[in-house]
Amino acid sequence: MTNSILVQGGLVMTANGPTAADVLVEDGVVAQVGPDLTGDTLVDASGCWVGPSFVDLHVHLREPGQEWKEDVASGSAAAAAGGFGAVVAMPNTTPAIDSGYLAQHIANRGAEVGLCDVFVAGAITEGRAGKALAHLDDLWDAGVRIFSDDGGSVADAGLLRRAMEYLEARGGIIAQHAEDSGLAAGGHMHEGVISSQLGIAGLPSIAEEVIIARDIQLVELTGCRYHVQHVSTAGSMALVAAAKEKGLAVTAEVCPHHLALDHTLVLGMSGSAKMYPPLRDESDVAALVAGLRSGVIDCVATDHAPHSANEKEVPFEEAPRGVIGLETAAGVVNDAVGLEPRTFFERMSVAPAKILGAAAHGQWIDPGVVGNLVVFDPTEEWVVPRHGVSRSSNTPWAGKTLTGRVQLTMLNGIVTYQKATS
Amino acid sequence: MHLLTLEGMKAEEITVLLDSAQSFLEVLDRPIPKVPALRGKTVAMMFFEPSTRTRLSFDRAAKALSADTLSFSPSGSSISKGESLKDTAKTVLAMGPDLMVVRHKATGAPWRVADWTGIPVVNAGDGAHQHPTQGLLDALAIRQRFGALDGLHIGILGDIRHSRVARSDIDVFTALGAKVTLIAPRTLLPPTLDSWTVETAPDLDGLLEDLDVLYTLRIQQERGAESGFPSVAEYVKRFGVTSDRANRLKPEAVVLHPGPMNRGVEIAASVADGPRSLVTTQVRNGVAVRMAVLFSLLGGEQ
Repeated sequence: MTNSILVQGGLVMTANGPTAADVLVEDGVVAQVGPDLTGDTLVDASGCWVGPSFVDLHVHLREPGQEWKEDVASGSAAAAAGGFGAVVAMPNTTPAIDSGYLAQHIANRGAEVGLCDVFVAGAITEGRAGKALAHLDDLWDAGVRIFSDDGGSVADAGLLRRAMEYLEARGGIIAQHAEDSGLAAGGHMHEGVISSQLGIAGLPSIAEEVIIARDIQLVELTGCRYHVQHVSTAGSMALVAAAKEKGLAVTAEVCPHHLALDHTLVLGMSGSAKMYPPLRDESDVAALVAGLRSGVIDCVATDHAPHSANEKEVPFEEAPRGVIGLETAAGVVNDAVGLEPRTFFERMSVAPAKILGAAAHGQWIDPGVVGNLVVFDPTEEWVVPRHGVSRSSNTPWAGKTLTGRVQLTMLNGIVTYQKATS
Repeated sequence: MHLLTLEGMKAEEITVLLDSAQSFLEVLDRPIPKVPALRGKTVAMMFFEPSTRTRLSFDRAAKALSADTLSFSPSGSSISKGESLKDTAKTVLAMGPDLMVVRHKATGAPWRVADWTGIPVVNAGDGAHQHPTQGLLDALAIRQRFGALDGLHIGILGDIRHSRVARSDIDVFTALGAKVTLIAPRTLLPPTLDSWTVETAPDLDGLLEDLDVLYTLRIQQERGAESGFPSVAEYVKRFGVTSDRANRLKPEAVVLHPGPMNRGVEIAASVADGPRSLVTTQVRNGVAVRMAVLFSLLGGEQ
């Protein structure tokens, strides 16, 4: 009954390493991996990498409450176009996702749309207000495994300790947007040479680092799993490395824009250069690239943050924070970091899937695994369109050339995205 | 095409503008202080932030060149109804001005207006970034007194971190060869001065005898808890330009202030009104400098 799909001639990421082979996907699973296979529908993957579809631990789908920027349907389509099979939607929506029924609603919407698996992060505190714990059990029962007040930090260390203690026994993860509100007060960009020149109040690196340092102490106390969201400074990297060395359950993600761009982009004063954490200086960029290579940073996450054009077309200080990233992530990482194929898929898929506990994702392509895969051409040069699949277009890469492009994405053996043939 | 920043402006370009301003000062001394240089031109005054002297000064400059002016005030206008900067700029553009003078509390706003409208834009102050005509009029006042800025030691005192005047002044003073020392507590200096060609001093007292020019910035008391010093009294004690301190300056040294002044806070009334003060010269120069700028951007077409 099911049409089989044959992905031909790619470099396939098997558990035993990259192998030149065909991949036959049938009935939603990888049926065979090997030479000279036959199937109904053919996909030419020559020159391409065939691996597990990407997993993004950090996206903003803006539903409910800000659907003019993005919603589950448009965000899922953007994810598929970027090679993603699973995303984690952040809870800083209106209302905040601090209860099970809200989390369930968003997960259900994701399943209805069917273009990628939508996991939901629940708020740590009620309404993300930092005053009282959110309905953590309720969220857990709705399938939430990652908890975050993303958009801001949990400032109250006592409250965070309680959240950690509460979640530790179940293996829940606290994911922190590390930013001390006092040190970052009024800031719009990285505090440094450029901010001093422009007279724009800065977001100092130390604002991120003091929170991570404090939180690692709490991890040591509570044993809770802890994930640092969007690591942006060399100092943060060093803190994460030290925590890992101690054997603490600490993981970290980095955003594509922090691997490729620095604060000099703000000199153009475009709203597309504004995000939190901000673009840092070139030494931070170099440290982050090295950290992703070495594995101190576990994975790439986009912090896909859609905003409409009219919201961003204002003076820099008045622009909302965030850039979209789903459709460009793989190309940017390939361009800026240049990872070997196996490491590339480790950081883009295997590691984040493991952190999330998403068993159907991040599996090396061998017979029997779920048909969640991506075909990625690491050499294709393409110009990022000004308007892509996302409802919003706030990306610093609009009109820029990237090397490395997603050709096809499959979810449960069904094609969710295929590059238009020109 | 525009005057947006003094950063990177060469001494020769600055000198051309200052010379032109100097000649417009003579125009302002005539019985009928008006020339037809920009007759038929319209200058739009886009002040998105309250301003008295800069706005009046641009208005006076435009009219002394026989240009017409368009203006609005942010309160009680479409701005207070939430109109975006882009829409306001496009709306005013549709009324056919030849140039826009833009003041905005956000850094870079005049650049955005220039992008959106395609007509010449003069930055009349953006955030804590730049205030080019202020820098030029300050340089002119100092040049009038000393003949040149080359070799002078200029101290800039006060809230440099939040000051667009300081940034423009530093650009123009150093371009013209002056040595600039920033005098402020660390909290009122920019977070980093890497790439700035200035020196710093944590106190005023050790420097008084060495300065040719003491440029005093306004203390922004309205900043409250973010003001960067514990109390006004403590600021005055360490940094206030009192009579005693002014008396210790070199005999020929001058004191400048961009206004509006907090008398008795950053500057004593006796100093502001005393013989060292160039405050009224600065205001008068402002009109001439803005005439020079408007003429340089619009006059060449005729």
